[in-house]
Formats: sequence, structure tokens, C-alpha cells
Amino acid sequence: MSDWLETHLPKAVLAPSFIAIMLFVYGFIGWTAWVSFTRSKLLPRYELKGTVQYEKLFASPRWDTAMDNLFVFGTLFIVIAMLLGLLLAIFLDQKVRSEGVIRTIYLYPMALSMIVTGTAWKWILNPGLGLENMVRGWGFETFTFDWLVNPDFAIYTVVLAGVWQSSGFVMALFLAGLRSVDEEIIKAAQVDGIPTWRIYSAIIIPSMAPIFLSAFIVLAHLAIKSFDLVIALTGGGPGYSTDLPATYMYAMAFSRGDIGQAASSAMIMMMVVFAIVVPYLYSELRAKHD
Amino acid sequence: MKFTAYAAVSALALITGNAALAGPEAEVLHYWTSGGEAKSVAVLQQEFAANGGTWTDMPVAGGGGDAAMTALRARVLSGNAPTAVQLKGPAIQEWYEEGVLADISNVANTEGWDKVLPASIANHMKCEGTWCAAPVNVHRVDWIWANAEILAANGIEMPTTWDEFNAASEKLAAAGITPLAHGGQAWQDATVFEAVVLGIGGPEFFQKALVDLDPDTLTSDTMKAAFDQMRTLRGYVDSNFSGRDWNLATAMVMNGEAAFQIMGDWAKGEFLAAGKEPGKDFLCASTPGEGFLYNVDSFAMFEVDGDDKRAGQDLLAKLVVGPGFQETFNLNKGSIPARTDVGLDKFDSCAHLSAQDMNASSEGGSLLPSYAHGMALRGAQAGAITDVVTAHFNSDMSSADAVQMLSDAVANSY
Amino acid sequence: MIDLSMSRPAETHPRGIAWGRLALRFSLYLFLGLFALYYLMPLFVMVTTSLKSLEEIRTGSLISLPREVTFEAWRTAWSGACTGIQCEGLKPYFWNSILIAVPGVAISTLLGALNGYVIAQWRFRGSNLIFSLMLFGCFIPFQVVLLPMARVLGEMGLAGSISGLIFVHVIYGLGFTTLFFRNYYVTIPNELVKAAKVDGAGFVRIFWSIFLPLSLPIIVVTVIWQFTQIWNDFLFGVSFSQAGTQPVTVALNNIVNSTTGVKEYNVDMAAAIIAALPTLLVYVVAGKYFIRGLTAGSVKG
Repeated sequence: MSDWLETHLPKAVLAPSFIAIMLFVYGFIGWTAWVSFTRSKLLPRYELKGTVQYEKLFASPRWDTAMDNLFVFGTLFIVIAMLLGLLLAIFLDQKVRSEGVIRTIYLYPMALSMIVTGTAWKWILNPGLGLENMVRGWGFETFTFDWLVNPDFAIYTVVLAGVWQSSGFVMALFLAGLRSVDEEIIKAAQVDGIPTWRIYSAIIIPSMAPIFLSAFIVLAHLAIKSFDLVIALTGGGPGYSTDLPATYMYAMAFSRGDIGQAASSAMIMMMVVFAIVVPYLYSELRAKHD
Repeated sequence: MKFTAYAAVSALALITGNAALAGPEAEVLHYWTSGGEAKSVAVLQQEFAANGGTWTDMPVAGGGGDAAMTALRARVLSGNAPTAVQLKGPAIQEWYEEGVLADISNVANTEGWDKVLPASIANHMKCEGTWCAAPVNVHRVDWIWANAEILAANGIEMPTTWDEFNAASEKLAAAGITPLAHGGQAWQDATVFEAVVLGIGGPEFFQKALVDLDPDTLTSDTMKAAFDQMRTLRGYVDSNFSGRDWNLATAMVMNGEAAFQIMGDWAKGEFLAAGKEPGKDFLCASTPGEGFLYNVDSFAMFEVDGDDKRAGQDLLAKLVVGPGFQETFNLNKGSIPARTDVGLDKFDSCAHLSAQDMNASSEGGSLLPSYAHGMALRGAQAGAITDVVTAHFNSDMSSADAVQMLSDAVANSY
Repeated sequence: MIDLSMSRPAETHPRGIAWGRLALRFSLYLFLGLFALYYLMPLFVMVTTSLKSLEEIRTGSLISLPREVTFEAWRTAWSGACTGIQCEGLKPYFWNSILIAVPGVAISTLLGALNGYVIAQWRFRGSNLIFSLMLFGCFIPFQVVLLPMARVLGEMGLAGSISGLIFVHVIYGLGFTTLFFRNYYVTIPNELVKAAKVDGAGFVRIFWSIFLPLSLPIIVVTVIWQFTQIWNDFLFGVSFSQAGTQPVTVALNNIVNSTTGVKEYNVDMAAAIIAALPTLLVYVVAGKYFIRGLTAGSVKG
């Protein structure tokens, strides 16, 4: 009896979480899929009406913009935040004085809700109020920084603020990783006269593969769900040039009372996530185990 | 036998006694959370309490009610609907069609709402002939605000046609003043757009284009002219207008950085809060052209269980439309009462103008719902139009492309 | 810790080394300092704005030092700002957020630790698949789950309650907490478990006396993450609460986001900082343990 319990205990421990996820994640995805084939308006309705919502979605220029933005924003945001986080962690790991203070400064943006921080960023990035105005005040009359009000560049300000908010957390993850690398190996490498950058690129960074996985998942999740960020910073504007799928979906579901349309956009969003994340997960888990 | 009868009677007494003790109850979901607005709702709560009611406040601000509507959907789906909800425009009928609104006709009939409300506003409060919502106020949307000093210094009168407006703007621009203070947010673009459509096309055109969504009207030359005027206006705003909050645009007019702003009458609250006087420091006028675009806030009652909650709904509906509340609330809010029989002695000159125009346009048939503020159309259609308007205003799209996109977007939104 | 300077190959010009080292250190600090400025900039704007009077904000430049420092806005934000018809500031809502966040963080962290422990060290057929399914679950947009979740909470009788909110946060936090613990425990050699099993220790015992004591750093990371997510959540907070259970973010939103009211930016900024104080505190305090935990336990790698 106790043996049986012992062998099945791990499964029993995992079971409640597994069931909850199946129900509340995959069950709800199924629900969304169903609703995306209906003409639900204000509240969900369940009579199937074919693929009309998807046709509407693909005919919408605003959705095109939102998808383009997701790729631009998602790629830049993940790559920059990851590189910056790693770089800051490596630099902070050089026996820096008052490391605690600097680390807290890098980390704190994550603690703030974007509802108001967005306003602060908006002021800083606004050409007439913020940086541009300040630098011009110093005598550099030709200095221009008007990304926020330029439809072609506004999405980059969203990247700027997004990186500001999240790179500190990534830095913390990498810092924890750096500190758990076996010092003996590094000392041995140093004795052998291997240059520092080689030690990092060949020994330390590869040993942090699971941390890259965590960082990637955290960042990808933030990129795809970026909602507060856009709403607070640009409100999707100028025009709808900084719209993302998440803001599109929210607008459809809750401001416009078009739940069927929102569900179809959610399904496309999840397919994109699936296409990007699943191969990555597969290779990561494959490489590490089995 | 005797004993059971006694027990039954006392049980009955207990029940009725309890009901009397509990009194009317209401959980009110609204999005008036800040400063003057919140104080205005507090007036309602006090009146409600003075009449023996218990008010539970459920405020959710943000996005012109978007967040509140999100919360509302979740509450309705979880079978836990609030008693009364701040709802407006066709959204009232949309919720009615979902079968979740309560009927408040008995209050409306007892109070004679039909006699005191303008017909077009009363229509918004009815669902298939029954009353399902109670109006609070009338905001006028098609206002133009101006800095009195700048206008005087440049010898400019308040414009009465868009040509005059353009001429005045050219003059101001030449003098180095930003002619139009504008915030580049989609709803603000839409606010300006509907004022332009009303001014250039006239009330009938507005009705056909932005209320009936007639495809031919949407692609007509008049609509192109409206987009042309939007392009002209784009030249009169400063280069940093994107994403600016409306109140910062108002501040530009106040501080003399800009001459005009096109915005609803809530902008008046900003001027007044800064200690400015209407007629002296700032001027108000309707945007060029005929007509009156209204934005009416109202409360709808949701189907709930329990007599105390139903009593709460009736009491609330009665108080909301009552003359006392209509006066106090609108004095705080910058709007005018929805009832036409409330004295306006305490209101300022802008409010008087608004009330006059409302009565005149109500009789002349040019009292029209604002599309930009969710009074004219359902969310999906209004949103589709706003997408085009804001895309046009923030790019170099031609007016011909814009009208084509407009009719496509509307067709695609059903 | 790795010291860049230590690994420099021994050179023949001692003075060159000294100067090179100094320049290296200088650019290191310059780099770190510049980024500190980038991170601090919005906070600077928020703090200075919160210390100005509304009059000064209206007339002056938005990003400048206050001419006259006033704490009025802070007092208003804490106990006087209107969040509806009640004008009691953020104070009454703080307790709700604590009631939601503390159990929410505790439960999801504990479950994450157990899940991570099983997936990393007690692998069975399909455990990696389960892990992948949980991970993918991290990506479901919360806007999608709002409506069906509202229905489920209604059926469960948890609509509008604090327990309902805790439940939702635990469910949608599980993916991340499991990920963090699994990735941490995976680096602990499997031989440890095998040896403990030989000594007769079981599933629970090994977790309790071997893994848990090693977990401080990852618990800190998880707690930081979960606490931030739950404390700053607005969407669930606004949808699944009712009068009396609204968390502090909803109150903050009510103060900040008025459509047609006068905007008091100083109060907005003060309120935002106040609402963020608990998370900031967690970051400062936890940051310390983060390091302590890491230097104490050096069994990784």
C-alpha cells in the first residue's frame, strides 16, 4: 500500500494542477474556438454561423496593422530585453560597488503598474514636453525625438517602455544564473589563460540554457499580452498605428460588443503563439532530457 | 390549529417587518469617479439615503466606460448583475435584447417623463415601447471653445462657418499661434469629425450618414468635403498633438498657446476649475453650422431578485429624473438637465445657450445623437467609422480613399 | 562571482595593466550609471509631479523640479481622493489587495514548487507533455478567459468574492510558478534523489528536507513575480470583484482615469507610487534575500 502510494504520489501531486489547466486553459480555448464561429455580439451566443468572423478579420486593415506590430514589437522587445538583461547581469557581476542599489533600480519598473507609468513615459517621449524639448533647451536646436507622434515610429516607443519595464526582471534571472555557475570550472579556465569573452560565450552562457527558457517564456508572454503598455502610452495611436492583437481583441470584445470577432482574433493570436512557442519548447525540452 | 395560525401570522409579521427594515437597496455600477463627477453622484446617493435607501457604490472608471462595461459583462454572466448601471445610447437596447434589463415604465408613467423629456432623448430610454433607462443629463458635443484674449488681439470673431474658421486659423497661424488645440486620440478625432460632418453636410446629411449609415451618403461628395476639411484642420494643429489628453488641449487654450478647441461641454469644467470666466476669459459657441449633437448619460436597471432591490430601482429611477437632482448634478458636471422644465437661473451663459439650442433644434428636427460618444450607433459600427477617421487624420490618405474605406468598414462591421 | 580583471592574461607592463583596469572599471560604472538613469527617469517624473501643486503643473513644464514642494497630493491620494462617491483615497482598497495577493502568492508558489519538483525529479511518462501544456497555458490572453471564467465563478458561488479572485490568480499563475521551480530543480543532480531514496527517504521527505532548503533564491524569484502579477492585476480585479472587494488597482484606475473630469496629475502620480509601495518593498527586501540565499547555498551547477 505504502509502495503504491509512493510510486503514484508524484502523479497525484501534479493531478490537481493538470486538471485545472486542462479545464481553465484548454477548455476555455475550446470555448473561444466555438464562439469564434458564431455571431456573438454583446454576450456569447452559441449557434454556429460559419467562418464569417475570420473573413471579417482578414478584411480588416486594422488587424493587419496589429499583426505587423506584434512581429515588430515582439521581436525587438524580446531580443533587446534579453540582451540588455544578460549584459547588465554580466556587468553587475563584476564585484560592483553598491550592487544592491543598482540592482533595485533596474528591477523596480516591474513593480509599477503601467496605468500611470504610461503617463510619465508619455510626457517624457512627447516632443513638446519631454526629452526633445529638454535637449533643445540645452542648446541643441536640431535635436529631434518625435517617435511618439510619428505613426511610422510610434511602435518603437512601445518597445522602449516595454524594455524599461521588463529587462530588470530578466537581468535578475540571469544574475541568479551567473551566480550558480560552478566557480571551479571558471577558475580552471582562467588558469589555462582562456580569454574572458570565451569563458562567457563557451562555458557560462551555454550553462544557463534553462534560464534562457524562463526569460524567453516570460518575455514572450509579456509581448503577446502587452495591453496596459499600449493603452497607457499611445492608446493605440497615432491613428491605430500601435494597435496590437491584444488591444484589438479587447476593443472588439468590450468596447464594441463584437465578441465573435474578438474570439476569432484570439484564435489567430493563439495560433501564432503556438507556431512560435511550440518548436522552441520542443527543442529545449528535447535537448535537456530523454 | 390555533397555534399554527398564530405561528403563521407571526412569521408573516417577521417577513414583512424585515422587508420594511431592509428598505430600497441598490448596487450602482458607474464610471463617474473623479472630482466634480463623483461629487455629482454623491448628491444622488444622499437623496437616495434620505429616502430610506441603501446605496452600494461600484465605481469603475476608464476608457469612457470600457472598463465598466467589461466588469458589467462579467457580472451579468456570473449571475450577479448590479442593480443599476450607467449605460447610454443604443447600448441600452443591446442589453435589452440580451434579456437582462428591467422595466421601469410604472415609474416613468407616474412621473410623466414623456411630458418633460425631449422626444428624441426619450426614445433612447425606451426598449420596444417600455421604459428601460433614466436620463441624467445632456452634454452638447459640438462646441467650439476659444481664448477670448487671443481672438480680440487678432481681431477675430467667433466663426460661424467652416470657411470663416479656416480664414481665422490662417490668420492665427501667420501670427505664430496654434489655431486648433487638439488631442490625437481616436475619440477626439471622431469628436471633431462629427462636428465637421454636421457643419458641412447639415442635420439631414448627418442623420443619413452617421445614424442611418446610408452607403451612398457615406461615399458622397459632401462626405469627401468633410474629409477635406479634416485634412485642412490637420494643418492647424501643432506637431505634438498625438496622444494628448483632451484636458491638456484645453489647457493650451487657457494658457494662450492655442486659440480654439472643439470638444464637448465637459471642457467647460476645466476652464471653471482654473478660475476662468465664460464670456470674459474664454468663449463658447456651437461649431459652425446648424444642429445640436447630444451625449446623454443615463442609468439602466438590470433584472435582479429581491423586492428591496426592485424598490431600490424604482426609487433610483424616480430620483435620477427628479428636478432637484437634475439641477445639482448638471451644475457640477457642465451639462444641462435632460428635463426641459428645470429652471436655469443658476447655470452659466454657455449652459443657457445649450438649452436654447436644444429646444430650438428639438422643434426643428436637428437634435441629433452624437456618433463619437456612442449615442447614434452600436459599438461595432461606431468603432469601424472611428478607425477610418483616425487613420485618415493621422496619415496622408486622400478623401476619396477615406470615403471608400469608410463604406467598406461599415459594411464589414455587421 | 567572476572578476573580469582576474582573467586578464599576465602582461609585461604593470602600468599598462593598471591604466587598462581603471579605464575598464570606469566604463563599467559609466554603463551601469547610464542605464540607472534610463530606469529612473519615469520615477523622477512621477515623484516631482506628485510634489507639485496643480497650478504649477498647469502652467509649468511637466518635467522639471517643483518650485514649491507640497505633500498635499500624497495625503489626498492616500485618504481623500474620490474613487467613486466615497472620497477616502486608496486606503480602504489596500486591505482587499493584501487579502487577494498574500494567499494567492502563497498557494501558487507552493503548488509551483511541488509541480516543479515532480516534473524535474520524478519524471514519469507524459510528465514533459504536461509541463509543455502548462507552459503553453501561460500564453492564453486573459481577455479570452474573462467571460467563461465569470460563468464558472458564478456556478461555483464565488462571483464577486475575494476567494474567487484568489482562485483565478492561482490558476493562471500556475504555469509560471511551475516553470520557475522546474528550471531550478532541473539543475540539481538526480543522484541526490537516488542517494536519498537508498537511505529510505520518500517523496515528501526528500522535498521537505533536501529541496525546500535549497529553494530560497527561486522562491524569491517566484514570489516577486507572482506578487507583482497579482498586485498589479487590473483586468481580473475589475471583472471579478463587486462593491467591497475591489483591489487597489481598480481604485487607482478610478482616481486616474476620469473621462470628463478635471485631471489632478499630482494626485495621480502620488496614488500610483503609493499603490506600488508594497511591490517596491518586496523588491527591496527580497533583493537582499536573493543574494543571501545565493551565496549561502552553493550546491548548484
